[in-house]
Amino acid sequence: MAKLIELEVNGKRYPVSYPADTALLYVLRDELGLTGSKYGCGEGQCGACTVLLGGAPRRSCQIPVSAAAGKPITTIEGLEREGKLHPVQQTFLDEGAFQCAYCTSGMIMSSVGLLQSNSNPSPAEIVQFLQGNVCRCGTHPRIVEAVRQAARMMQERGR
Amino acid sequence: MSARVEKFVGEPERYEFQAAPIHQFELGRRDFFKLLGAGIAVFAMAKDAAATQETAPGSKSFHGEELPKNISAWLHVGEDGSVTGFTGKAEIGQNIRTSLAQTIADELRVPFESVRMVTGDTALTPFDAGTFGSRSMPTMTPQLRSVAAAARDLLVGVAAKEWNVAPEGLVAGDAKVTDPASGRSVRYAELARGKTLAQNLPAEDPITPATEWKIAGKAIPKVDGRAFVTGKHQYTPDLRPEGMLHGKVLRPPSFGATLTSCDDSAAKAMAGVVIVRDGDFVGAAAPTAREAEKALAAIHVRWKEVPQISSREIFSYLKQNAAAKSDDGFRKQKGSVEVALASAARRVDATYTVAYIAHAPLEPRAAVAQWTEGKLTVWTGTQRPFANRDELADIFHLSESSVRVIVPDTGSAYGGKHTSDAAIEAARLARAAGRPVKVVWTREEEFTWAYFRPAGVIEVKSGIAADGTLTAWEFHNYHSGMSAIETPYVVADQRTEYHQVPLILRSGSYRGLAATANHFARETHMDALAHAAKMDSLEFRLKNLSDARMRAVIEAAAKSFGWPRKKSLDGQGFGMAAGNEKGSYVATCAEIAVDHSSGAVRVVKLVEAFECGAIVNPDGLRNQVVGAMIQGLGGALFEAIEFENGRIKNPHFASYRVPRFRDVPEIEAILLDRKDIPSAGAGETPIMAVAPAIGNAIFDASGVRLNSLPLAPNGLRSS
Repeated sequence: MAKLIELEVNGKRYPVSYPADTALLYVLRDELGLTGSKYGCGEGQCGACTVLLGGAPRRSCQIPVSAAAGKPITTIEGLEREGKLHPVQQTFLDEGAFQCAYCTSGMIMSSVGLLQSNSNPSPAEIVQFLQGNVCRCGTHPRIVEAVRQAARMMQERGR
Repeated sequence: MSARVEKFVGEPERYEFQAAPIHQFELGRRDFFKLLGAGIAVFAMAKDAAATQETAPGSKSFHGEELPKNISAWLHVGEDGSVTGFTGKAEIGQNIRTSLAQTIADELRVPFESVRMVTGDTALTPFDAGTFGSRSMPTMTPQLRSVAAAARDLLVGVAAKEWNVAPEGLVAGDAKVTDPASGRSVRYAELARGKTLAQNLPAEDPITPATEWKIAGKAIPKVDGRAFVTGKHQYTPDLRPEGMLHGKVLRPPSFGATLTSCDDSAAKAMAGVVIVRDGDFVGAAAPTAREAEKALAAIHVRWKEVPQISSREIFSYLKQNAAAKSDDGFRKQKGSVEVALASAARRVDATYTVAYIAHAPLEPRAAVAQWTEGKLTVWTGTQRPFANRDELADIFHLSESSVRVIVPDTGSAYGGKHTSDAAIEAARLARAAGRPVKVVWTREEEFTWAYFRPAGVIEVKSGIAADGTLTAWEFHNYHSGMSAIETPYVVADQRTEYHQVPLILRSGSYRGLAATANHFARETHMDALAHAAKMDSLEFRLKNLSDARMRAVIEAAAKSFGWPRKKSLDGQGFGMAAGNEKGSYVATCAEIAVDHSSGAVRVVKLVEAFECGAIVNPDGLRNQVVGAMIQGLGGALFEAIEFENGRIKNPHFASYRVPRFRDVPEIEAILLDRKDIPSAGAGETPIMAVAPAIGNAIFDASGVRLNSLPLAPNGLRSS
């Protein structure tokens, strides 16, 4: 049964009325119109739907909307600040770290999550962390490089 | 160019293609200016359509007959100086939105930023058979260059008339026409103002040679990259027109199952739900996807299933069910292979098999359909918008002008998005609902109801002389296809034959088509022959090869890899493979490591040299080449569709393994730029030599010759 839940997404509060077990992804996309988080498998196997929940990267297709209430949610749409891209967005752009780019939102969100917990990851740590994100176009080497560059940029800026 | 197109003619493995009639472009010139505003337009009338437009088997041009004249590309210079190029190709991640705009900017002599591309929209763009066969660059590059050159001439002509001078003395550059004699200049925007000038292209218009390119040939970043890193780009599944419902389709439990009874009364009673039952099609549309799913679950159906063969027995089935006599077009013969085999100093015969694999594009098949006053508009991620339009028109008994198919830049395809399935489903539901309907296939649907790269069996018989000269070559492909079936090596006596087998699983195009299967068999076999001849694999290939472009890529890859390399680690192995297809050339060297205790195979390094003529965008090309190498690694090592009695047994990313970050080796891509050769496509060929290079490296490391793709889904069993 539908239940009124309050979500905090990208700093804004949204009351939503959904069955409690509906996955967060579908509420974000269909109710809030935040379609930057992608459906890739609905099984938590591809990472295209990754968002930050309470600061940690989570597969939004596997999070019941009820479990997302009360925690800040950040989606790809919430990374840009006053027209300025997040360093990870910027380095994905600079490195051309995408082809069809359908995985890009999830890759960026996972990478932002990684850099929050490890500000200077080694290439092996990046590979390990992104193992759950599928890029079918085979852009992996550029993605790893983009994350390394973002780490460097963030350290320089001291964020 | 026509010589290369000839190779395109016989690709029977594009099973998903229906006979596709070639249609004339319908949008009138007047409509065109109404749509884009006044300005200057140039239309390319393809002089020899067969040479510039790829064709689908079954279409009129299949046997090389001349196509009707057709508009193949056009371009518009607006009153504000903005330039719009139009192509019926779709952007599916191969980066044509950027590379084709570069081409136009280069030829028209305008800044790159002033050019935008309109792609894959049947109401706005010229007819196009589809975005496949690595044809976007070789067909669209010269055509858009020609229209841009003609537009430039037209602008120069307008300026010459206004100034009352001869056009020959005027210079076009930086979006201006300049008269060096008087020093005056005028912007294109001013020349276009107030005009509705349209011109058909003079077919002989000269275009700028690659050596003089200024904007093309450069690594320009993806034009709308920012929209992708901010999540703003809307793929088909992201569209939400006002009043839209979500559609779901009831799938049979197995392939070929037929509906015997259906009670949808409970589902129909659900509030806000629209149920459609039409023949074997049962679908639901509802305000949310979840409600549509619930409605389907409330329908009581019975299916009649039919027994079917399974992946376990597929290869013997293919061999036994091949057509008794192959089509004449599927046989090539030179000399007498029987005599040559009988007199060979050494013989090597082997059988190779290739499993069904899935494209698994990360954006699943999806469509949004909207009916307005009897006209249908469908947004869908397809590689063949015009074929989709025709199919929709046919199914819903509409004229083609009543159907518009629009392709939002799509989350990849790899040959897998040629059919109209989701579009038809969405349109059928939308018609019943009287509202727009979106259908997005689930990952399981994508793995089950899409089509696969066909499985195949390949038999090779061969012989060499005592000095390692290849003397006899007999090659039979059962089912998987004809692409790159002929050996590029020099062999006096040879026979090549493709044997058709009726479809088992729904099959069709996949990046490179059967070129991957045929290269796997041939290049593995060449390695086995080198071993039999006690020759180095590189030396053996070069000894039997005269094609200069193929030799060049082999030598480039070998040099960079350091071939021949000495083993320095336990379990280390090196392998190489090479080939050519669709006007481009590839050679791959692989280093692998076998863990002798676990049998695990790890690809340590891949070095690939690739040459596709003149490079238009080296950065985009590198992305495509490296991407193909990584994708090829999946089909090489572990990807395989398992099926039993009409059911796919591994329709999830958890059970169908695709390459992930940990699988990616150190990669080096060497791009050979041949400015003297027209640009060929690069979407397919770079995948072809990956699997045999890895297989040959496994043999080098372990002495185990693997003749089946995937090579080592569970590693090498320790023996």
